[in-house]
Amino acid sequence: MADGLRPDLAVIARAVEAGSRVLDIGCGDGALMAELVKSRDADARGLEINPQQVERCVARGLSVVQGDANTDLVNYPDNAFDYAILSQTLQTAERPDRMLDELLRVGNKAFVSFPNFAHWRTRAALMFGGRMPVTRALPVSWYATDNIHHVTVDDFRELAREKTARIEDQWFFANEKQISATAANWRAEFAVFELSR
Amino acid sequence: MANAPASQVITLSHPLPLDSGQELAHVDIAYETYGALNADKSNAILICHALTGDQYVASTHPITGKPGWWERTVGPGKPIDTDQFHVICANVIGSCMGSTGPASKAEDGMPYAMRFPVITIRDMVRGLVGMLDALEIAQLHAVVGGSMGGMQALSLAANWPERAARVLVIASTARHSAQNIAFHEVGRQAIMADPNWREGNYYADDASPDNGLAVARMAAHITYLSEEGLTEKFGRRLQNRDTKSFGFDADFQVESYLRYQGSGFTQRFDANSYLYITRAMDYFDLAEEHGGRLGDAFKGTSARFCLVSFDSDWLYPTAESRHIVHALNAAGAPVSFVELSAPFGHDSFLLEVPALDRVIKGFLDG
Repeated sequence: MADGLRPDLAVIARAVEAGSRVLDIGCGDGALMAELVKSRDADARGLEINPQQVERCVARGLSVVQGDANTDLVNYPDNAFDYAILSQTLQTAERPDRMLDELLRVGNKAFVSFPNFAHWRTRAALMFGGRMPVTRALPVSWYATDNIHHVTVDDFRELAREKTARIEDQWFFANEKQISATAANWRAEFAVFELSR
Repeated sequence: MANAPASQVITLSHPLPLDSGQELAHVDIAYETYGALNADKSNAILICHALTGDQYVASTHPITGKPGWWERTVGPGKPIDTDQFHVICANVIGSCMGSTGPASKAEDGMPYAMRFPVITIRDMVRGLVGMLDALEIAQLHAVVGGSMGGMQALSLAANWPERAARVLVIASTARHSAQNIAFHEVGRQAIMADPNWREGNYYADDASPDNGLAVARMAAHITYLSEEGLTEKFGRRLQNRDTKSFGFDADFQVESYLRYQGSGFTQRFDANSYLYITRAMDYFDLAEEHGGRLGDAFKGTSARFCLVSFDSDWLYPTAESRHIVHALNAAGAPVSFVELSAPFGHDSFLLEVPALDRVIKGFLDG
């Protein structure tokens, strides 16, 4: 199952309970949604800002609304979903802290994945290069990137604590493979957290 | 206006109750079908037409001889695939292509004219539901409509939620805005100011209010296009002349085009029908029908929805579609929405927009 899915999406696909109601925020081309519908019999909905991506999703039979996660989550009722998923989008939010509140309002649980800015490659690029890092995980230059709020694993843990969100589970990735949680703030290129409140 | 052409016609077995409190007796619904209905009658798609549309969605118009108004979308192998689906398109009541409208004869054998009751979008849909009952189609695979057709699709979903499994609404709105009503009022006043209108009693006359109807069409037609589209198509180019005439002929190409659109329209449309149908659209406010909250209109629906808007449509702009999407989100309904980029204004839903084809096909197959 989950063949060909990005590793962070694959762990989410495995962790979602069968038959769940899911909102995928920033669902892209709908790869995760399609997997959740197929292998988890999920009632999956998506929110995506790029109209070409939305069109692709609708053309594959998925229910996806073109909209802006910064402003449009407010239209969803409380606890409308078992899971709200925000993959690789938190760092592009206008206010990641408020978006986390919204995730845990519309969903009973939330999955959040993001690139870890404290990965050793990023640190090395900044420390030795003295320039904003352009790495495998962060391939776009500072002036063109959508990532306006860079975040580290430890920063995210602290935000969850401030928001009184419980960390249900966490997964870390480097070189496209899952790694242990040991020194994740150094070693992880990407992180996935499962939260509840 | 020529006589109504020979579509299939169902005469409803009961008088149709109307939102006004009146009833309409002996209601005829004229319709066209395409593609085979399967044994369990589960593959039917109802296409609802727009203000001046008709049932000839994918067949030659009997008066104009032009291709069906959505032939690019409906047919074998097309986005609404008639090899797969049984497509039904019916003329709405109040119109003039075979369904009961102001030009139809009342009990006394004379045309209704302005004795025809004022109808609503929901009344039109009530007529369509009567037709589906007569055809013994319990649930549509989908109801599809653009513009006023989208209003009918929304009305069906809100008032007869079990009748359609999928609801596709293109370039439409859940209520007419002040600006929408204002443009329609210009058209109605143009018709009623035509001396040939004679309080609507022109059916036995040699002349009908064609000038007024043509002006109504010209004003409305502008709202269907975008400024960008008009500029690209006509600019300030002159029509068949090198210099301005210093007179009031159609000097500009855009004038000539509008005059042609206006006069062509009078060949196929009844002025009184134009009054009644624009009124029905102006009265449309789906939230008002459901206690003022649009979300309540869709409570408990089990249909899947898809809404499409166009970035150049200023008649029913994207914000109107978003408004519906938010209401559907609040009601927990599965909904897709996309704003497509197309240069043609409101009319984009009828024209070459490949992304629309993909969305329609994907939604209907999913």
